[in-house]
Amino acid sequence: MLRESVSEAVRLLLTDAEVWSIILRSLLVSGTAVLMAGLVGIPLGVVIGMHRFRGRGPLVSVINTGMALPPVVVGLVVFMLLSRSGPLGSLGLLYSKQAMVVAQLVLAVPLVLGITVSGVSSVPREALTQARSLGASWLQTALVAVSEARVLLLVAIVAGMGRVIAEVGAVMMVGGNITGETQVMTTAIMEEVRKGNFAPALALGIILLTIAFAANGLMARLEQRTIDT
Amino acid sequence: MQFSAYARQGVRFAARILPALLVVAAAMGSAGCSTDDNGAGARLLVASTTSTYDSGLFDALLPAFKAAHPDYDVVVNAVGTGEALKLGESCDADVLLVHAPAAEQEFVDAGFGVERRRIMYNDFVIVGPENDAAGVASADSAAEAFARIAAGGFGFVSRGDDSGTNKAELRIWESAGLEPSDGWYRTVGQGMGATLRIALETGAEGAYTLADRGTFLSMRENLPGMAILFEGDPALYNQYSAVAVDPGHCPETDVAAAETFIEWLESDAGQQTIADFGVDRYGRSLFVPNAGD
Repeated sequence: MLRESVSEAVRLLLTDAEVWSIILRSLLVSGTAVLMAGLVGIPLGVVIGMHRFRGRGPLVSVINTGMALPPVVVGLVVFMLLSRSGPLGSLGLLYSKQAMVVAQLVLAVPLVLGITVSGVSSVPREALTQARSLGASWLQTALVAVSEARVLLLVAIVAGMGRVIAEVGAVMMVGGNITGETQVMTTAIMEEVRKGNFAPALALGIILLTIAFAANGLMARLEQRTIDT
Repeated sequence: MQFSAYARQGVRFAARILPALLVVAAAMGSAGCSTDDNGAGARLLVASTTSTYDSGLFDALLPAFKAAHPDYDVVVNAVGTGEALKLGESCDADVLLVHAPAAEQEFVDAGFGVERRRIMYNDFVIVGPENDAAGVASADSAAEAFARIAAGGFGFVSRGDDSGTNKAELRIWESAGLEPSDGWYRTVGQGMGATLRIALETGAEGAYTLADRGTFLSMRENLPGMAILFEGDPALYNQYSAVAVDPGHCPETDVAAAETFIEWLESDAGQQTIADFGVDRYGRSLFVPNAGD
């Protein structure tokens, strides 16, 4: 059965437009969420990473806990907020791609933020004080920190993408797996397995694995490059 | 970099505690087995459908069966009918309790199941927003009701999961001579409960869907503004059958356990349990027993 499913999966990937529209939708939703998470998480993470202030320890603990937020819980909370009987129900966003982006954003932000904070925190203090003593403004000093920690910032983005694109609980709950509208790779896999159709599920699984593999390869090359320079 | 040093330390630590872990795991495993021996015997895997499970029927059936046959532990796996049949085919279930007569017959003909045995029936109902803008309630047949929804482009949410309910829905579209595909028709590939929730939240006032009566009634409190709008057409009749997985196809299956369970479902005690289910909460039976009819 495995062998048939694999060959059928390959055939679907080569010929089936439906499969590719699901893949593109997944990339669109998760890509948007991670991009937004980067826009929020990286600047905030740089600020927290560069400064020592009262309450920083507990704050970092909260962020690190947020890195392990269970997707189904995030899905549930976003669902209740966007439900017609919830506080944001009038927006009519439940069962839309926007709702899925919101849920994945909540999942990705702590991850991007946490990795950025630890990356910037590990930049040697001397590098920053030196920049300061050479007359760099606050912003220029921050840019020095970003440049020193750039590999970890990319790792933060790639890790965020890895987390949200593979997540199923939250998008199923707030997206509803509506064919042609909110169905993404993970929810489609669930549906096809439920129907007993393993080949399309496997085809999408292969793509998910390929994305994870490519992301890891990219991260490895980035790390290698910083070691070389 | 400190990382490799940590990793080496970690591996060394793991190597040291591994034997201890294995001993503990083995001890726990054997303890677990011995309690199994003392407690109950055979484990019977029943693959059933989400709509049956969501209605709560198994919460009534299983304790009653356990009281009559303490030797058997019944475990229910609630999936779509399509997956339930696959689970039977791959020998990951002993008994199927499903409602898709044609697919069940194919399953038996292919040598995967012993025979179809009628257990009970319930019916499907067309549910939707109380104000019923499509005028479904005054339709003469289920097909006409569907045609009215299609004509006005009112929202309709389809299970789309190859389940018995989904198949019944598709048969009705077919008999109405319609092939729904436009924006008003949404397929979600999910269970009955999730589909009802999505119908409730779709559009400004909610959308229509085809539901089994049991699930709809059991969820009614959580579906404000939704009502049963059309019922009673013979096209909405929903027969449930039990099928034991064929030991010729799956030598591992526990034939005696499967036979005991199905015979109990067919017995007066089993049929009465089915008839009584839901009466106290909904004022009527959700399933009508009809074994041997």
